[in-house]
Amino acid sequence: MQRYILLRVFHTIIALLAVSIIIFLLVRLSGDPVSTLLPAEATLEDIERVRIQWGLDRPLPEQYFAYMGNVLQGNFGESLKWRGQSASDLLLQRLPATLELAGLALLVASLAGLPIGVISAVKKNTPTDFIAKTLALLGQSMPSFWLGTMLIWLFSVQLGWLPSYGRGGIANVIMPAVALGLFQVAAVARITRSSMLDVLDSEYITLARIKGLPEWKVIWKHALRNAAVAPLTYFGVIIGGWISGSVVIETVFAWPGVGLLSIEAIRSRDIPVVQTIVLFFSLVYCVSSLLVDILYAYLDPRIRYDS
Amino acid sequence: MTTFPTDVIAAEKTGWRWPRILRRYPWFALSVLFLVLVLPAIFADLLRAVLPFVHDPETGKLSQRLLPPAWIGPQELNGIQLTPGGSWEFILGTDKVGRDVLSRIIYGARISLLVSGISILIAGTIGTTLGVLAGYLGGWWDHLIMRLVDISHAIPTIILAMVLSIALGSGFLSVVIVISLIYWNSYARLVRAQVLALRSKDFVARAQMSGVSTFKIMLRHILPNVTNTIVVIATLEVGQVILLEATMSFLGIGLPRPTPAWGLMVADGRDLIVEAWWVALFPGLAILLTVLSMNLFGDWLRDRLDPKLRNL
Repeated sequence: MQRYILLRVFHTIIALLAVSIIIFLLVRLSGDPVSTLLPAEATLEDIERVRIQWGLDRPLPEQYFAYMGNVLQGNFGESLKWRGQSASDLLLQRLPATLELAGLALLVASLAGLPIGVISAVKKNTPTDFIAKTLALLGQSMPSFWLGTMLIWLFSVQLGWLPSYGRGGIANVIMPAVALGLFQVAAVARITRSSMLDVLDSEYITLARIKGLPEWKVIWKHALRNAAVAPLTYFGVIIGGWISGSVVIETVFAWPGVGLLSIEAIRSRDIPVVQTIVLFFSLVYCVSSLLVDILYAYLDPRIRYDS
Repeated sequence: MTTFPTDVIAAEKTGWRWPRILRRYPWFALSVLFLVLVLPAIFADLLRAVLPFVHDPETGKLSQRLLPPAWIGPQELNGIQLTPGGSWEFILGTDKVGRDVLSRIIYGARISLLVSGISILIAGTIGTTLGVLAGYLGGWWDHLIMRLVDISHAIPTIILAMVLSIALGSGFLSVVIVISLIYWNSYARLVRAQVLALRSKDFVARAQMSGVSTFKIMLRHILPNVTNTIVVIATLEVGQVILLEATMSFLGIGLPRPTPAWGLMVADGRDLIVEAWWVALFPGLAILLTVLSMNLFGDWLRDRLDPKLRNL
């Protein structure tokens, strides 16, 4: 078990290092940020001066190591677009908004997905199952930006019940959270369903029924507890999906979170901020996959002895 | 989605079932797919020549901007016309510069089909090659390729798409490259698993003993047996690819204006959502129907060809 964890941690670190190199290179391939950010009247000398000032004239490996050295000390550079603010500050400022959104989306996904999966499994191959599976599939086939836009149209423009953009109270957060969470409802429902189907066949469920427990207790209290393991381990993938999803949803709803920040930074070629955000997202994804893998290995010893 | 025996239940009650030919193939999914994606993509120009309500997707007259769908009449207040009604010449309405929405959707199908088709071809080729190499040759090939897969997993999809789009710019080729670089790893991973299973089989051992070169074994013996897997992965991924392309176009990092890409149309429509809801609704519906039917078809194909991929 120890060995497995160490191996996985090692792989994660290598992956993150590789990601940092790749992002470093890619971002610098896109053309000169200096000329895009300076006003049009800037002379060639001005451009050179700023370039030297920002260290962009040094050879690439040197830039990379300088960057990584700074990163390990916690300095992620200063934003090019939002002068005077460090990239890490910007990220931390916007993080609570995204966490709020992701947390509520998680609530939506599990509150909707788990029951749908359970009911689907219990009423397997009946019309209820068919409807549930179709709804789930529908949720996965829908473009999230379109869903968000249609929700805005329905609840803000037509009905006027909910505000259409920005962060504020509960009313502001409902639509973005639903739009973000809906995508995962399908996946959660599917996994819960197949996991429940496995569990419902086992002996202790039959025993519970023989004991005379009411059916609802058998399903919701006993079967679900064991079946819930599978969706939990899918959690890591869900988080990855939300990272991507938050970019789109925050754009649609003008939600001031990290996703929106990343789009703005990309558009302005704000290298330090882009690098910081990508590293952050990759870190979150890698760490959550790692935790999920460890959890899974803990629960299912067979996995520890593969590869 | 698998066929399930509600028709058996129905039969027990009423003694009637769908005819066998209808039950065997996913007709619903296939017909939606054809109607929304394949036919418009192939016959767009023909439709435009023949039908009076299909126009040029990239030009529009400002005099006909923001017309509502044909079945909606003019809005009046006290006898004064506030907004014009729709016309049957522009069945689904027009956008901000007067381009017909239906025509753009039809031409957009071509874009979606081309982008997803080519990307999947490239991603599939790269991924399968790496998967076969990793699975059959093992050793450091396997380690290297699996590490590459890990790394490509580490960066969330949209983020990678955004960063790659900075490096590559916008345009058809960049979008194809971006998508290929994101989706190759499913092939690599699953083909490798398949190859690992095949490697210990008798026919491979016999080929090795007969002195067939490694390359030939991989090409002639291993590869044909993974085609099922490849096809299933491809069909299951087309939906995601189309969604990714649409999302990229929506965010402004995909195809450039004035291409009639469905994602771009929804982006335009979002700005107009208050006064012109039709500009956003119909392209999004097109995306939805395409991806849904593709997913249904892919599920059916997977159940037929390689059910072990159920967890994809």
